[in-house]
Amino acid sequence: MADIDIKKSENLKEQVMDKYPSKVLKKRSKQVVVKNTDPEQRIQANVRTVPGIITQRGCCYAGCKGVVLGPTRDIINITHGPIGCGFYSWLTRRNQTKPETPDGANYMQYCFSTDMQDQNIVFGGEKLLREAIQEAYDIFHPSAIAIFSTCPVGLIGDDIHAIAKEMKEKFGDCNVFGFSCEGYKGVSQSAGHHIANNQIFKHVVGTSENGRKGKFKINLLGEYNIGGDAFVIENLLERCGITLVSTFSGNSSIEHFAACHTADLNCIMCHRSINYVAEMLDTKYGIPWIKINFIGAKASAKSLRKIAAYFEDEELTKRVEEVIAEEMVGVDSVLEEIRPKTEGKSAMLFVGGSRAHHYQELFKELGMKILAAGYEFGHRDDYEGRRALSTIKLDADTRNIEELKVEPDPEQYNPRKTEEEKAALKEKGLEFSEYEGMWPDMPEGTFIIDDISQHETEKLIKELKPDLFCAGIKEKYAIQKMGVPMKQLHSYDYGGPFAGFAGAINWYREIDRTVNSKVWQLVGAPWEGTGKLHGSFIKKVLVEEEK
Amino acid sequence: MRKIAIYGKGGIGKSTTTQNTVAGLAEMGKKVMVVGCDPKADSTRLLLGGLAQKTVLDTLREEGEDVELDDIMKIGYGNTSCTESGGPEPGVGCAGRGIITSINMLEQLGAYDEDKGLDYAFYDVLGDVVCGGFAMPIRDGKAQEIYIVVSGEMMAMYAANNICKGIVKYADAGGVRLGGLICNSRKVDNEQEMIEQLAKRLGTQMIHFVPRDNMVQKAEIHRKTVIDFEPGHGQADEYRSLAKKIDENEMFVVPKPLEIEDLENLLIEFGIAN
Repeated sequence: MADIDIKKSENLKEQVMDKYPSKVLKKRSKQVVVKNTDPEQRIQANVRTVPGIITQRGCCYAGCKGVVLGPTRDIINITHGPIGCGFYSWLTRRNQTKPETPDGANYMQYCFSTDMQDQNIVFGGEKLLREAIQEAYDIFHPSAIAIFSTCPVGLIGDDIHAIAKEMKEKFGDCNVFGFSCEGYKGVSQSAGHHIANNQIFKHVVGTSENGRKGKFKINLLGEYNIGGDAFVIENLLERCGITLVSTFSGNSSIEHFAACHTADLNCIMCHRSINYVAEMLDTKYGIPWIKINFIGAKASAKSLRKIAAYFEDEELTKRVEEVIAEEMVGVDSVLEEIRPKTEGKSAMLFVGGSRAHHYQELFKELGMKILAAGYEFGHRDDYEGRRALSTIKLDADTRNIEELKVEPDPEQYNPRKTEEEKAALKEKGLEFSEYEGMWPDMPEGTFIIDDISQHETEKLIKELKPDLFCAGIKEKYAIQKMGVPMKQLHSYDYGGPFAGFAGAINWYREIDRTVNSKVWQLVGAPWEGTGKLHGSFIKKVLVEEEK
Repeated sequence: MRKIAIYGKGGIGKSTTTQNTVAGLAEMGKKVMVVGCDPKADSTRLLLGGLAQKTVLDTLREEGEDVELDDIMKIGYGNTSCTESGGPEPGVGCAGRGIITSINMLEQLGAYDEDKGLDYAFYDVLGDVVCGGFAMPIRDGKAQEIYIVVSGEMMAMYAANNICKGIVKYADAGGVRLGGLICNSRKVDNEQEMIEQLAKRLGTQMIHFVPRDNMVQKAEIHRKTVIDFEPGHGQADEYRSLAKKIDENEMFVVPKPLEIEDLENLLIEFGIAN
């Protein structure tokens, strides 16, 4: 691994950018940043991808159906469109779920699609959609059906919301709602998250008062139970005596969403995908939100302590400390064994809208250095922190996504903490509605890159030779062919859980196995690096024979 | 076989002109197929003596894959083969996609095969070129000749100019050419001179000036072309003449669309100013 400093990195940036035509160069220069000492340093993010750079990004539909709604087990998610969109978004994120009772509804193994054909495009797909909803209802009698629009549906103008309303009234006992999340909307899957947040808030939140009861009630927002992460967190919270009213949306049920307004605190994991719901819950019901992170043992401990601090209860604080102490015994012993083998190694993370930040905690615990990090679909506030919000320019692509106008509920608005109480807690170090982004955690001279391109990826790997690269499935094999081990942070490569203390231990072991494997030294072909091969020219031989 | 597409502003009389001209060609002994590319499916009404035609898309929807050419093609006046693409109700679906599907279907079913002995295939296309689907008849060499129905009214000329832009776009790839403007008179002042001038500027010709005559309306009410309804009438001769000119036409060009300003000047020069 090369040592990095600001000057060296700036030089490298120049080399990387050198390949680009001037227009691309101008745009990418603002999205590839070398962290320096300037506290006002900015990055350009959430803008259109340069065509041809081979982006990591996905589409609006993927963000809405795949990410936010995908992990909920008892909503029948119908993809309205040709079959590919539904099929290729079927369980690919490895979200897990566990119904509360053995016969509890779970539709996650199924893939529902209207399978539009040519004639449905020509004559409109509304009839087909109505039939699909009816069929799903007749077979499963679910408590909710959600409809997701794909690109062609937006083009031909099927009114999915009118159909949803009509079918909901017809059934009487099944909530039906739609998402206009056509893939072409927005600049990345981020638009889909926002649309998902809006519709869940409009059609589900606040429709039930039967939330879980308890003394310390929280919602966990932006946790998607990949590889079983949510199960680990649920176990921790339960042992601490904290009641989880709902999770958006790992291991979730629509019933939990419906009653989430009965919780007293919102804890945000993935700020990018879910901050909209948190903001709206604060405005409408008076539930404050704090940023937490259950990736990393220290971060998990810190997050539990933040929750305890919010409720200001001695008993809770005591239990939280007991749980942390119990868990840290295992963490410390494994770390003692593994850290000497990982210390000083390096990693790059290019993934998601918060994972490239959260996972830095785990690398720190292993004594590994971060050389470069960035998001696929983050906005400036995910990089620079919410201080950036006031200077984010609303472009046409963003304006295209509906912004819900939310007001305090005349009956149910109940501020859980007064402004004075919040101020007092802030004194003690508990920040509300705040996220500092990845910026403060990135050392000087490291690269922060938004929507990284294939060219930039290859160049950085060649020059900085990281011991590990973290991204998604699209990047995986291109990177491994360069002889660099690659860990998927979307699906965890069939591994996990990596959340909480137990997850951290899994992570330490897996990263040790990955970065210390000898196999990566064998990626190059045997004849590579052995110098030029020499041989005699056959024609000469022939000529000599003729003589 | 010559493949001809008729374009023009909505309501200009494309369907009427097409069918009356086709009747003229049929009378000359030509074997003609008419493909209506309008979701309203009224492009073959005068040749068939009514709107009994079942459209390609309706048939495709109801029968699934089991579609025979006979299901969607009816024989009309003068042994013309008549077919309607059809399409969705107003406000739903995608009519453009429908036209693409429908023309592909006709090709698959062999509607254009040599054994059909066709001299002409006419595409009667809805309105202006509004999207990729409505441009289908001029793409991929489906139609080689375009005639634009126009009148001396500003918006009709504006539409004609726009259609020329569409032709230019596909002229290279599909080899489509403009055969001329057909002036369907609205009795605008100096109409003939103005359209002749427009044609000249576009690099084409006004192939025929069809005068306005109530006989056309009268025949239409009886679901017939003028040649069919009143063969001896002067207006019937006009369509015979247009048919003959198209049959003998040898002027096929890539048009040079006008700037909007030039178009307005033309109107001022020939129309309002005089």
